[in-house]
Amino acid sequence: MAGSLTSSPHSARPYRVDQVMLQVCLALIPGTIAMVWFFGWGVIINMALASVFALGAEALMVKARGRPALPAIRDLSALVTALLFAITVPPTLPWWLTLLGILFAIVIVKQLYGGIGYNPFNPAMAGYVFLLISYPVATTTWLPADVPALLEAKDLVHLSFVDSARLIFTGALPPELSWDAVSAATPLDDMRTRLDSNVLMAEIRQSPLWGFVGGQGWEWVALGFLLGGLYLMFIRVISWHIPVSLLASLAVLAGLFWLFDPNHFPAPWFHLFSGGAMLGAFFIATDPVSAATTKRGQLVFGALIGVVVFVIRTWGGYPDAVAFGVLLLNIAAPTIDHYTQPRVFGHGRRT
Amino acid sequence: MTQSKQTKTQATRPAPKLWKFHGGVHLPDEKALSNQTGVAAAVLPKRLVIPLSQHIGAPARPCVQVGDHVFKGQMIGEPQGYVSAPVHASSSGTVVAIEPHAMPHPSGLPAPAIIIETDGQDTWAPDLPEPVADFHQLDADALRARIRLAGAVGLGGASFPTSVKLNPGKDQPIDTLVLNGVECEPYITCDDLLMRDRAADIITGARIILHLLGAERCLIGIEDNKPEAIAAMRQAVAEQQAQTQARIEVLAIPTLYPSGGEKQLIRILTGQEVPSHGIPAQIGIVCQNVGTVAAITDAVLRGHPLVERYVTVTGRGIARPGNFRVRVGTLASELIAASGGYSGELAKLIAGGPMMGVNLQSDRVPITKATNCILALTPAESPDPGPAMPCIRCGQCAQACPANLLPQQMYWHARAKDLDKVQDYNLFDCIECGCCAHVCPAHIPLVQYYRFAKNESWAREREKQASERAKQRHEAREARLERQERERKAKLRKKKEAITPKTKTVPGKSAAVGGAGQSGGSVPPTAPESAQQSTERTAAKPRTETAGSET
Repeated sequence: MAGSLTSSPHSARPYRVDQVMLQVCLALIPGTIAMVWFFGWGVIINMALASVFALGAEALMVKARGRPALPAIRDLSALVTALLFAITVPPTLPWWLTLLGILFAIVIVKQLYGGIGYNPFNPAMAGYVFLLISYPVATTTWLPADVPALLEAKDLVHLSFVDSARLIFTGALPPELSWDAVSAATPLDDMRTRLDSNVLMAEIRQSPLWGFVGGQGWEWVALGFLLGGLYLMFIRVISWHIPVSLLASLAVLAGLFWLFDPNHFPAPWFHLFSGGAMLGAFFIATDPVSAATTKRGQLVFGALIGVVVFVIRTWGGYPDAVAFGVLLLNIAAPTIDHYTQPRVFGHGRRT
Repeated sequence: MTQSKQTKTQATRPAPKLWKFHGGVHLPDEKALSNQTGVAAAVLPKRLVIPLSQHIGAPARPCVQVGDHVFKGQMIGEPQGYVSAPVHASSSGTVVAIEPHAMPHPSGLPAPAIIIETDGQDTWAPDLPEPVADFHQLDADALRARIRLAGAVGLGGASFPTSVKLNPGKDQPIDTLVLNGVECEPYITCDDLLMRDRAADIITGARIILHLLGAERCLIGIEDNKPEAIAAMRQAVAEQQAQTQARIEVLAIPTLYPSGGEKQLIRILTGQEVPSHGIPAQIGIVCQNVGTVAAITDAVLRGHPLVERYVTVTGRGIARPGNFRVRVGTLASELIAASGGYSGELAKLIAGGPMMGVNLQSDRVPITKATNCILALTPAESPDPGPAMPCIRCGQCAQACPANLLPQQMYWHARAKDLDKVQDYNLFDCIECGCCAHVCPAHIPLVQYYRFAKNESWAREREKQASERAKQRHEAREARLERQERERKAKLRKKKEAITPKTKTVPGKSAAVGGAGQSGGSVPPTAPESAQQSTERTAAKPRTETAGSET
């Protein structure tokens, strides 16, 4: 009789890292479906490309660091980074920009810091922001949502799968189309531009870019990510602290300004259902590696991201506030953790 | 935080008010494996291996010799010091050896034991303490003495000498006795069966302790996955309530690991928190395991020392899991054989539960007073967690930690051997319950890191003390050498003094000698100065002489 000698506990462990990551991938499905529906096949092509690049880069880097590549690939963390990156960038992003962004995310932000668990920044957001700063035009050129109202009003054309693939790989549009005919500003961008030229909110709301509560199409995408996020919360892959505090602080701040001056500030639900608020709140800010880890710290972390998002959206120079918000607070996460340690059992009473 | 408001719907008893502690984990319930059959009396083994250290504190000192015949219940190891407990022969027979034997201990190192070859008679010692019909006749000291003599220690696993725990001191009034019938580790059912079998003895034991401590109430916590035990205990309380003024209450608590931790249970039942690095007595509470309390009844009412306990033998690696009444010193292998032996592939043999138990190298280890379970796990029950992956800081560990610690931060610093930092994160508040490691998706053996950090911290503390002592020794030596040097010089001067009187009449020469003695004679001192010096020396003469003779 002889067994392996190990330290307690000896129980079977309920979770594995790859299972957690797989759950995140699954939770992305509803939002992704909505994105494909409204913004075309480019989303899927980007996801596939980014995944291949990310897994390849991860394997090469892990090998270069003298470790077996397969376990690193199998933990699926690179896949999650790839998918989040692909969702964040425009569906028509040239393939080499995807490659560049992923390389930056995986090689520099993740592996050069020591691989999974060691990166101080969210790799997907770092990769995206790297592109945003280096190639601002390509990274902010979005397709309009594929809805009749928008297509008619703007005289826009939607791209087929082949068109999308050709655009991504060769940069060539179908001969009869021009960039003006396929691209559109995002609702957030559009709102900013028009507010800057003193157009009132009421007028902006008339634009076909606007849907029920957020941007045309975008609100459905946001709803998809909200669903996926709730699922992750339900199965306890993420806790409620970061998403709720992020969305709440964004909504409260937006609500205050909106109440104060509804002509110049969009309603809080617009903030929540346009752009990356939902994706950011449930999938990006909750990245455990780079977020705050104490529960009170997570509340602070999420709330501050909400503030940064609102500030950048309202007065900042970049359209993607969520990525910047997450990265900025990634820097602050260790400090937040330090000041928000919980009261340990038996160490004096809180009340 | 309260689960239910204190609504007085029932006239007789207010609804039990329970509190929560942070974290904890829900573990798969494996109790049904072993709680279906009753408790069997274990076979009388041919050999008993009775360890001399079955308690926290100094090991007992053998008081029998090889070749001696001993009776069941006879003391064979005397307690050494206050925090120690005697050990007794658990059956009659002959002492055949007093030697180190393999132990159910994490170190795997052998420890001294008294080995008895039994004679099959199982005869009780003739000189056991007299049974006491009414324990109220005995005062606290007499009761404690009896309990100490009986070798009672905490049977929940920590095995702290019970008489010490029942002596909180005059300045520490105790109002509440908490009985721990929680048994929150999966698989283990010996306390469950004990409560069903010996509920009356447990309640009597509780009354003895209440009397001993002068406490007003007794709260008995039992997890709600043991309905039969709860019913049996409630009935026993009802039967004995008339005989006591104290309020004795059985509280069913939600099943959540580790509710059976002393501090966690006290929190659940009373809402109070035992201070960090403190003991329950500081908040007026004493907590005892139900098995210990039954042993107290045996000791006081029957005069029987602690020589047997209930043990669960279970796991899917055992053919017929069940519970036994086992003589302390029985080898685990005997119990496994009595349970039909191993079945199927065995991944691990454990003394204790899956969460906190000790991995055994061999089943040839004795059942001690602290052994509540022998657990044989199959690979399916205890799969190899595989190599640890990097921590992804998911925070599951912090959510599970019942002490509200930050396990992942402690892990980082323990790994970096930054012991100060780990202690800043309250390492020593960790109860090593294993919740963090259990939920860790990266399968990092977190508890192992904390044990390592604790051991390193203790080692460093010892080292610091040792170096402090060495420093003091060194300084004392330096001081001594300095003093000896001074004295040597003084002697030398004294000798010179002995010479100088002859040349006293020649002042010039005297000055020259003095000068040479002082500073190599580069600046010859003036005559009055030298005269002064010489008088000083003369004056100092007798003093240095005596000092010299002393050394």
